[in-house]
Amino acid sequence: MSWDLVIETLTLEHHAVRLPVLGVTLLGFTAGLIGTFLLLRKQSLLGDALAHATLPGIGIAFAIMISLGLSGRALPGLLIGAATTGLLGILTVLAIRRTTRLKDDAAMGIVLSVFFGLGLVILKMVSNLPGSSAAGLEHFIFGTPATLLNSDFYIIAGTLLLTAITTSYLLKEFTLVCFDQNFASTQGWPTLLIDIALLTLVSIVTVVGLQSVGIILIIAFLIIPPTAARFWTHKLKTTLILASLIGAISGWLGSSFSSLYYKLPAGAVIVLAAATLFLISMLFGPARGVIPRFLRHRKLQRKVGRQHLLRSTYEILEQQQPNQAIQNLPISLSLLRQHRYWTRGELPRLIRQAKHEDHLERQPDGQIQLSESGFGEASRITRNHRLWELYLIKHADIAPSHVDRDADMVEHLLGAEIVQQLEAELDTPNTEIPSPHTIQPEASQ
Amino acid sequence: MLPEHPPEIPIAIHDLTVAYHRKPVLWDIDLNIPKGVLGGIVGPNGAGKSTLLKASLNLIPKTSGEVLIYGKPYQEQRDLIAYVPQRESVDWDFPVSALDVVTMGTYRKIGWFKRIQKKHKDLALEALDQVGIAHLAKRQISQLSGGQQQRVFLARALVQDADIFLMDEPFAAVDAATEEAIITLLKDLNSRGKTVLCVHHDLATVSRFFDHLVLLNMRIVANGPTLETFTRDNLQKTYGGKLNLLEDIAHALGNLGK
Repeated sequence: MSWDLVIETLTLEHHAVRLPVLGVTLLGFTAGLIGTFLLLRKQSLLGDALAHATLPGIGIAFAIMISLGLSGRALPGLLIGAATTGLLGILTVLAIRRTTRLKDDAAMGIVLSVFFGLGLVILKMVSNLPGSSAAGLEHFIFGTPATLLNSDFYIIAGTLLLTAITTSYLLKEFTLVCFDQNFASTQGWPTLLIDIALLTLVSIVTVVGLQSVGIILIIAFLIIPPTAARFWTHKLKTTLILASLIGAISGWLGSSFSSLYYKLPAGAVIVLAAATLFLISMLFGPARGVIPRFLRHRKLQRKVGRQHLLRSTYEILEQQQPNQAIQNLPISLSLLRQHRYWTRGELPRLIRQAKHEDHLERQPDGQIQLSESGFGEASRITRNHRLWELYLIKHADIAPSHVDRDADMVEHLLGAEIVQQLEAELDTPNTEIPSPHTIQPEASQ
Repeated sequence: MLPEHPPEIPIAIHDLTVAYHRKPVLWDIDLNIPKGVLGGIVGPNGAGKSTLLKASLNLIPKTSGEVLIYGKPYQEQRDLIAYVPQRESVDWDFPVSALDVVTMGTYRKIGWFKRIQKKHKDLALEALDQVGIAHLAKRQISQLSGGQQQRVFLARALVQDADIFLMDEPFAAVDAATEEAIITLLKDLNSRGKTVLCVHHDLATVSRFFDHLVLLNMRIVANGPTLETFTRDNLQKTYGGKLNLLEDIAHALGNLGK
């Protein structure tokens, strides 16, 4: 395979694949958009049940069209059939939910598998009908974008238009029902109707997507892009846009590669493309990605550790030099170990870190001494800590005996602005503030 | 003779029965909540406290009976009622900000298909300010503490500018500062003539928070001013054989004298 062909396919210059690639890209955009709501409504599995329940309809529609002397593979007819049994599948789920005490997942699992099984049986039966060639119907199971015709492309474009317009007009209604259905209903919104509108759009996108992506994997096209998008943002509108883009890119890459390697099932390649984007999002997405979260956590940990070390040193200096201006003297590690509990290896690590940040120096005799900047920093941190303690005692309904532990946790989250506020509120001069609880006397040795 | 439900009563519940799977949860509830009370609904777990609120709001089907808001069915009086659901009833991981959630309280006024405008966001921000967390408006809701989430729900009810507030466990698992903020807010609403009814589980705070009390255990045990209804006798009838609660009750009654 030549590199030029790959480029031509991806840039839509290659005639034979332009239509399918463009079609699946638009479909991916649409699926990401409506899939976001499906995911937020926590109905992903219902979407899957719907997709699987379309198979009997495809077989039955084919048989009916053949018996009427039409071409058995006219897409509009097949789609109507698919939509009919798909809807029937959803209604069966709802009926099981209403009349029995079965849990949702069980009801959907039953419907999904039974309808799919029925579909396979019907497909086999219609392929045995005299004078019919049902070859091609199995495209609907795995998806073959190469079979897209001009007219099919218009159907996809129309679906995109319908979905985009509806979601932009019903954005707040959909959001409300997805977030808090009970509240929506107390406000007089017809939640069932809004739910039906949402599920109708999902059904249309599902049915239209069957030919290109296939029954088994269309649900991934609906669900993976929005889950990937959630790693990048906490905003709904951004999630919608990103999910659409991720869906479009998955569709574009997936359909391009499946047309280059003709024997690969398109649905599977599209899902793998989406999964790759998902993996990248999961690792690097700034809002909830694994790596950014790990880095944030480590940064906080280092900051907390540094503050503990500097404050402990400062407090020891204070205890050594009562009632006088504090001088920056070297202190021994054993004093630090007595002053505060450090886990194994923590203290040497923090000292190395502080040395690296020029906050302290190690004396030849093993003692440590704060540097000039470290001394200033230690004094500042100790003061903020005490301000916070005082604030908690004065303003919050928290027992003073708990303050120290809480302050240790929260002082690291205080910014300069809050510190200023505290100072103003507490009306304390910008000088040393004594610790509100008595300082432990130095352990006698 | 049937009790009367005059139209000046904010919430009049008439012979309400609710059953789940043939098992009754509420039996023949007949209840008038007078105007301008700050009321609590207390009772043991499974007594049907939340169910009473939900059935009044048509969120679950009634087996029989009716609920009248100022003498008219609830459907005609929606604008008068603000509902604060239990905090756990929604997914706090949802990609919206505190301000977005509070703005939902204005959706009914905005109406179908129309977009949210700045004035609606301003109203929401004002409500957030009233509950003391305007500075967190832009924060995604999963990054709020439990108490802050509860305040967001409260702000969403405030922005509806209702006359009656129905709240499901607004004090459940909130910090002391939030508890204080909520009760201050409720007392303020109350002083402006609003009727407030809260499902509540903490007997120790009942007498401090509420001036009206509904004691419920599948049926109404007592309904009236806290000073009259919050008695050992009524509590024993409500909590029945749950002996481990008797100590709580004694403690709660001890607080009454304060």
